[in-house]
Amino acid sequence: MLSGLYSLLSASIFVQLDAVDVAFTEASVGAGITTILMLGTLALTTDWERTPIKLQVFPILVVLATGAALIYGTLDLPAFGDPAAVANQHVVPRYIKDSGREVGVPNIVTSVLASYRGYDTLGEVTVIFTAGVGVLVLLVTGRRGKPRGKAEADRP
Amino acid sequence: MRHHLVLRVVAKILIPLILLYGLYVQFHGDFGPGGGFQAGVIFAAGIILYGLIFGLDAARKVVPPAIVEMLVAAGVLLFAGVGVAGMLLGGNYLDYGVLVRDPVAGQHLGILLIEFGVGTTVAAVMITIFYGFAGRGR
Repeated sequence: MLSGLYSLLSASIFVQLDAVDVAFTEASVGAGITTILMLGTLALTTDWERTPIKLQVFPILVVLATGAALIYGTLDLPAFGDPAAVANQHVVPRYIKDSGREVGVPNIVTSVLASYRGYDTLGEVTVIFTAGVGVLVLLVTGRRGKPRGKAEADRP
Repeated sequence: MRHHLVLRVVAKILIPLILLYGLYVQFHGDFGPGGGFQAGVIFAAGIILYGLIFGLDAARKVVPPAIVEMLVAAGVLLFAGVGVAGMLLGGNYLDYGVLVRDPVAGQHLGILLIEFGVGTTVAAVMITIFYGFAGRGR
C-alpha cells in the first residue's frame, strides 16, 4: 500500500517536471499493477517476516557501501535543468528541431521512443516478453489440453 | 466476492471505460502523452479488475490464457516483423521511412504498428503474471 502511494506521489512529481509520459507510466505501472501483484504475493505468502536468527553484519555493510557510492555518484550529476549539461547538448536539440520534419509526430517522446530509439524499445519489449515467459514457466501450473479438474488433481 | 453488490456494479460501469481509455492511449500516443506501454498496462488493469471482482474463472473464460500466451509472443513478433519488413523494402532494420512511399507517412505507420506490438505484449504479459499469481493460491 505504501509503495502504491509512493508511486502516485512520484507520478505527481513527474507531472510537475513536465514529464507527462513518465508520470503516466509511473501511475499505471507503479501505483496500479505493482500494487495488485504485491497484494497477490502477500496473499500467497504470509505478511509476517520470520525473525532473523542473528544479526547479519556483512549484508548491511554491502548495502551501506553501495548506497554511499551511489550518493557519491550523484555529486557529479549536472544541476537540474542545466542547459549546458551533456544530455542537453548531444542529440536532444536535433530531436527537438528535426523530429517534426523527419517523423511528423507531435509527441516528441513517442518519436524518440519508437523511431529514433526503436532498438532500445525493442529491447524493452523483449525484456517484458522474457519476464512473461519466466512467470509462465515458474508459476503457471496445470497443462493445457487436459480438462481442468484433471490438471488440478495431478498437482502434488 | 458474490455479495459485494456495490463493487460489482461499479466495476461493470468502469471496466468498459478503462478498456476504451486503454485503446485511446494506445492509438493517440503520437499526439498526447502515452503509448504502447501505458496502454497495455491500462488495458490489462481492466481485465485484472474483472478478475478481482468476478473471480479468476470468469476472467479466464473471457480472456482465455491460451490466447493471452499467444499474444505475448505476437506483440514482439509484430515489432520485430516491422523491422524486417523495413529491411525487405530496402531500408535498415526498424527504418519505417521505407514502408510507404512518403517517408513521414511511413514513420507514422511504423510507429503505429510497433506501438501496437508493444501494447499487445505488455497487456498480455501483465494478464499472464496476474493469472500466474492468482491461480497459484488455490
